[in-house]
Order: sequence, then structure tokens, then C-alpha cells
Amino acid sequence: MRRNQATLTDAEKQDFVEAVLALKRRGRYDRFVRTHQEFVMGDTDDGPRVAHRGPSFLPWHRRFLLDFEEELRGIDDAVELPYWDWTVDQDPEAAPWTEDFLGGTGRAADGQVTTGPFARGGGRWRISVRVDSRDFLRRSLGAGGVRLPTRAELDSVLALSSYDQSPWHSRADGFRNQLEGWRGVNLHNRVHQWVDGHMATGASPNDPVFWLHHCFIDKLWADWQRLHPGSGYLPRRPTRDVVSLEEPMRPWGDVTPADMLDHTRFYAYDTDEEEGEGAGAETETGAEGDPGA
Amino acid sequence: MDGHHAVRHAAHPNRRRMLIGSGLALAGLAAATPLALAALPENGPAGRAAPDGPMRFDEVYRGRRIQGWTEPVAHHGPGGGEHHRSGGHGHDRHGGGARVLVDGRDLHLMRNADGSWISVVNHYQTYDDLRALARGAVDALDGAALIPLA
Ligand SMILES: [Cu+2]
Ligand SMILES: [Cu+2]
Repeated sequence: MRRNQATLTDAEKQDFVEAVLALKRRGRYDRFVRTHQEFVMGDTDDGPRVAHRGPSFLPWHRRFLLDFEEELRGIDDAVELPYWDWTVDQDPEAAPWTEDFLGGTGRAADGQVTTGPFARGGGRWRISVRVDSRDFLRRSLGAGGVRLPTRAELDSVLALSSYDQSPWHSRADGFRNQLEGWRGVNLHNRVHQWVDGHMATGASPNDPVFWLHHCFIDKLWADWQRLHPGSGYLPRRPTRDVVSLEEPMRPWGDVTPADMLDHTRFYAYDTDEEEGEGAGAETETGAEGDPGA
Repeated sequence: MDGHHAVRHAAHPNRRRMLIGSGLALAGLAAATPLALAALPENGPAGRAAPDGPMRFDEVYRGRRIQGWTEPVAHHGPGGGEHHRSGGHGHDRHGGGARVLVDGRDLHLMRNADGSWISVVNHYQTYDDLRALARGAVDALDGAALIPLA
């Protein structure tokens, strides 16, 4: 069960942190950073795009998170990814930014995170996949006057009924692009900017909050599906430069957006049942799983 | 217009850091650059690019040399020099014919469909203006050197 980070017990936070640190120590964490960075740089509006700025933004990150979660569970099978609802937990001094969890914002002089398990000084979190010379984790929560999105802003995006639209890139209308943030109120991109430091770069998974942020984005996709049972992933047919419903996504090659539509095949969210009432679990799954719906 | 409220952020980089960090920013630098915004003339109308037109700037910003230019666009034109490898599909330039150097080193950048840019150090923030992108990168680098992408 993937749960809201605000509801984790101290022990659960610690288990999550320890599993992440163990992945880092074993050299498996940085592969995720590198993969992400390569896709960030390779996905373009005027060429092929898979992980970002196109319709497969959501299924790609769903699969990417599953891979990561699987690695965590190889270390501690009780661990699941928590999500950070940034419309509620907006205090840079409170969870997830506490000493026992992700640590706080960076210090003024150089943005260096100096508290919590991922501080450079603790010797357990050295940034190795990077574009500049600094090897310490950086953040400047809320720097430059960036505000986290509000629930009302989020609801305005969840209300959009079409999943994505031509031209299927950063200028497209529809739910995917407004959630991603290239247009409209800007949700996902803005949260990256709010955290700042590594989260503002292509190597954003260097900051473990990446996973909590994207877990919430992933949950919002599930929430949107529930709100719009008649809408589904688009495009359904092969379309230049983007991944249509039944086409495989790089880097896996054997995973399609269609495989990723129903998150309940892989995990549940703590809100699934309450929100599922009314729609009925079966109807839901049917609607999302059927490309013709 | 939408999506560009981010640009405001660009114009007001972390002020704390700007003040406190400027010593640091200068510390590791080649000594040649005079303090602060050396009196290099601004090139062109505020460095703003016409959508696909050529544009060029070369200035010292916060003690670092930033250079940028756009080439008349052949979108997938030949090489960006020592540019990185991309997502594994052989696409080797994304700047729409633009390059930015910080102290002589390539800053990976990408052009958005609306003509704005992002760079690898500010990848979720769009800039309408290549010079603003370069300055934003200097702010984000805070004195650190770019290293070639692995
Ligand atoms: Cu991403
Ligand atoms: Cu992201």
C-alpha cells in the first residue's frame, strides 16, 4: 500500500530511508539518476519523446517508479513508496523535510543540505551523476518566490477530461500537459522548481524527494482516471514521435502504456477504497483497462 | 504566456545566495574576469532572439563568461561538438541550433515548441531569452564548474 508520507510512522520513515541509502551504497541508485537524466535530455518537442513532454510521461514514470520500488523491496520487502501531497504539506520545516526523513532545505551559502540522512557530511549521500563539480545534495525550498500548487489549482487540472491532445508535446492542451506543467497552472514542473537544487535539474532523482513527488503525480493519474472513466490514454494509434497506447516504451522495450493503465495490478493507494466508492472497483478497472472505453 | 510565470523566477534568482554566494562564485574562477558585470556591451535588443533568427551574446555575469548564439536553424543540423549522448536514439542536438557556453563549457540546452528554452541545470523552467537562460545557469551553478556530461 502506497501511503501519504504524512501518515508514516517513525519506523516506516526510517525503513524507507535505510533502503534508499542501501541502494546508494550498492551502486544501484545512480543508475536511476543516469537513466532519468538521459531521457530528460533526449526527449524533445520536435523529435522522439518518451519520458517527458509527451503522452507517455505518466506511464513511463509509473514504470520507472515500479523499477525503483522493486529495488527497494529487494532490500526490505516491507518498503513501499510514499507520496507527498504538496497541496497539503507545504511547510518547508515539516515532513517530509525533517531530520529523521529527507532532511531540510539547503544552507544559504551554497544550497547544501546539511541535515538529515542525505546530508553530504553524513558520508552516505555523495552526488556522483551530475553536471557540475558539486558532489553534495542541494535544495532551496521555496526559493525565488515559487509557491507550491494549491488544491484548487490541482482540481482545475484534474477536471480536464481529455488525456492529451495533438501535437502531443509541451504545447498540447489536456490533462497530461497541464499536470506535467508546460502549460496552464503548472503542477509537476513547479514542484521541481520549488524544491530547487538538484530537483531543478535533469538529474532530479539525486534528491530522494523525487520519488515522493512522482508517486503523488502517479496517484493523480489514478485519481483522474476515476474522475473520467470514459476517457483513456491517447493517442491510441501510432503517432509520429510519441508512444501510442500499444507501443513499447524505451528503455524497457516490452512495456506499453496500456500495460501501465491500471495501477491496482501492481499496488494500491491508501485512498483507493474511499474514492472508489460510488464508481465501484470493477467498473473502474474495466473502464481504464479497455482502450475502447 | 502560460507556463512562463516561471520566467519571473528566472529574473529573481535566489537572492540570499546571490549576496552570500558571490564570494564563492568568484573564488574558483580564472582570474582574468573583472569583478561583477564587466562593461561588455549588451548585444542586440536585450539579447532577445527573434524566433529563429541569429543572436549572439558574450558577457561576464557574476564573474563568469557566458556566451551564446543561435544559428539559422536547420533543426537537426550537424553536430554540437562534444555534445552528450541523448536518450539513446541518436538525436544529438536539441537547442534548435543554439549553444550556450559557461566559462567555455557547453551547457546542454533544449528548445521548446513555443520557442522558449530550458537548460540541463534548470530543466523544469522555461526562458524566453537565451541570455536569461545563461544567467539563470550561472545563478544555479553558484560558482561550480560545468563538467562534461557522462
Ligand atoms: Cu522525469
Ligand atoms: Cu519530474
